[in-house]
Amino acid sequence: MIPLREQPDTELVKLAKAKDLLAFEELVSRHSARIYSLLYRLLKNRGDAEDLLQQTFLSAFENLGRFREEASFRTWVTRIATNFALMKFRKEKKNQTVSLDVPKNFTEDGIPLPMEIADWSVNPVETLERKELVEILEAAIARLPQIYRTVFLLRDLEGLSNKEVAEMMELSVSAVKSRLMRARLFLRTILSDLLREKVDAL
Amino acid sequence: MHCKDLLEAISDYVDGELDESLCADIEEHLKNCEPCRVVVDTTRKTITIFKENLPYEIPQPVQDRLHRVLRERWKKRTSSS
Repeated sequence: MIPLREQPDTELVKLAKAKDLLAFEELVSRHSARIYSLLYRLLKNRGDAEDLLQQTFLSAFENLGRFREEASFRTWVTRIATNFALMKFRKEKKNQTVSLDVPKNFTEDGIPLPMEIADWSVNPVETLERKELVEILEAAIARLPQIYRTVFLLRDLEGLSNKEVAEMMELSVSAVKSRLMRARLFLRTILSDLLREKVDAL
Repeated sequence: MHCKDLLEAISDYVDGELDESLCADIEEHLKNCEPCRVVVDTTRKTITIFKENLPYEIPQPVQDRLHRVLRERWKKRTSSS
């Protein structure tokens, strides 16, 4: 028999549906780091990320019978996690009086203005230590307003399609594209600032 | 094409999702506009940097707790059915 570790997700899903706990645990081991990282980047809080991580996999476990396997397990479980995160955002928004979602350096129609034109597409990114770079990237994502952060993480980090993200977020494809554009330009600006600070400090 | 139009289309452009004629307009604009060229290059670079460098990590205790919770749920389920 092929060890679970060497089976593809599709086989593990079949086994898990037939009540094989170890097969489900293998799926959890495969996808939990990715889901946890996604949730942590979305929520910016370790405790919340851990809570929703558990809810995500418990929900996947309880609802596995209803998973029709039209999408991959990876996409399905990402959808569950994203739903939990969006629910949490909605709940928090109700308790919030001031919207934190309007960044300062956006134009009226929401396009982040390119504040500088220094070209760093070659350097100094390559000169940074990997650990430093990761810190800068995490900080840049954390500064991104939530509505843009969610789209960017799902599209560019998780590699989902515009259509999949649109379905998950109950948005039109053009709304996803527009948010993605703003997210990317905003991140580009943040990254420029952070890299400049870094270089100035040298 | 103006710089503002290019910004509107930049995301679809770097994803290769623009139709040919619009692509040609953009490339024509880029030939003569250094600031836009830099914005396009750094936007492309931004996407690749994030894609290639952000790790997926989970603290071991969090991982362990998750498996424990699942096994408990499993036990409850099998003992009640």
